[in-house]
Amino acid sequence: MFGFLRSRKPSSAQTAKERLQILLAHERGSGGGSDPDFLASLQRDILEVVRRHIEIDRDAVEIKLERSDDLSSLEINIDMPGAKARTPG
Amino acid sequence: MSKVIVVTSGKGGVGKTTSSAAISAGLAMRGHKTVVIDFDVGLRNLDMIMGCERRVVFDFINVIQGDAKLKQALIKDRRLENLSILPTSQTRDKDALTKEGVKAVLDELREDFDYIICDSPAGIERGAHLAMYYADEAIVVTNPEVSSVRDSDRVLGLLNSKSALAEKGDGSAVKAQLLLTRFDPARSARGEMMSVEDVLEILAIPLLGIIPESSSVLKASNEGMPVALDEKSAAGRAYQDAVGRLLGETTEVRAVQGEERRGFFQRLLGRGG
Repeated sequence: MFGFLRSRKPSSAQTAKERLQILLAHERGSGGGSDPDFLASLQRDILEVVRRHIEIDRDAVEIKLERSDDLSSLEINIDMPGAKARTPG
Repeated sequence: MSKVIVVTSGKGGVGKTTSSAAISAGLAMRGHKTVVIDFDVGLRNLDMIMGCERRVVFDFINVIQGDAKLKQALIKDRRLENLSILPTSQTRDKDALTKEGVKAVLDELREDFDYIICDSPAGIERGAHLAMYYADEAIVVTNPEVSSVRDSDRVLGLLNSKSALAEKGDGSAVKAQLLLTRFDPARSARGEMMSVEDVLEILAIPLLGIIPESSSVLKASNEGMPVALDEKSAAGRAYQDAVGRLLGETTEVRAVQGEERRGFFQRLLGRGG
């Protein structure tokens, strides 16, 4: 029973680890790279392009960059408004 | 060939000075001529942790500014003949530290000592920068807590870009190792605290040691005695183990609590060795 509960709600240590992994991927990207803060500017560009076609909130674009030795992945999540989605014009 | 080792963390209060004192004492106990330098100008505390606060006459800043000779400022530890302390100034500010001055003092210390331990101030400004700038190795002191891990990651970035070795641009790097302090195995097992494995996965540097949360650390600082001298305390033994590993011994990272963790630590060492 407890195992069941635990699997539904991550431990606070797990939450800490995940928050750090996401945050540090951003900070490392902007720290010593040749293009400082490229994730933030990528995020702004994506937001701008999407907003040309669909009305989305300013904070609707979420970007995660995960780097490891073998594989790096860029995950882009865009929160779409439900019923209000429509193209302009 | 002497080694300059910075003890750093970014975040304050994680145990830099406690660790500097304990590791310096451990090195001296093993027969290595060791000096520990306080880089926290204006907030001098290494002298209290080492129990020599009433013996400070001249300091690091006096030496840098030519007001005293290095030998006048060095304090010989009364317990360990191989250990000396170079206290900093309590009245000046960190602008009194200069790159050239620090280099001159380190070069002179290299002639007499095997290990030069630089106790960095918190933060990433002048004092912290100069404490790490000439380092050959770094001990990154981290608590299993989000702000400490984040700051350690930042400091690792600085070691890789703003140190004399990194600036050579020939692939040289400061060898950085993790010292996880204030670790509570019971809370970690309950999922209330990040595990050793979690922190290692995030910071991706070798593990030098795990110091368990222990009442003996406060007791040692109350008495002005490096905790490594307290052989009865788990923290003291953990520091002794870390010193062994710093010297290249492949001692197993002691299971902090419970048999079930031992396999994991063995795997860690197998990988790190």
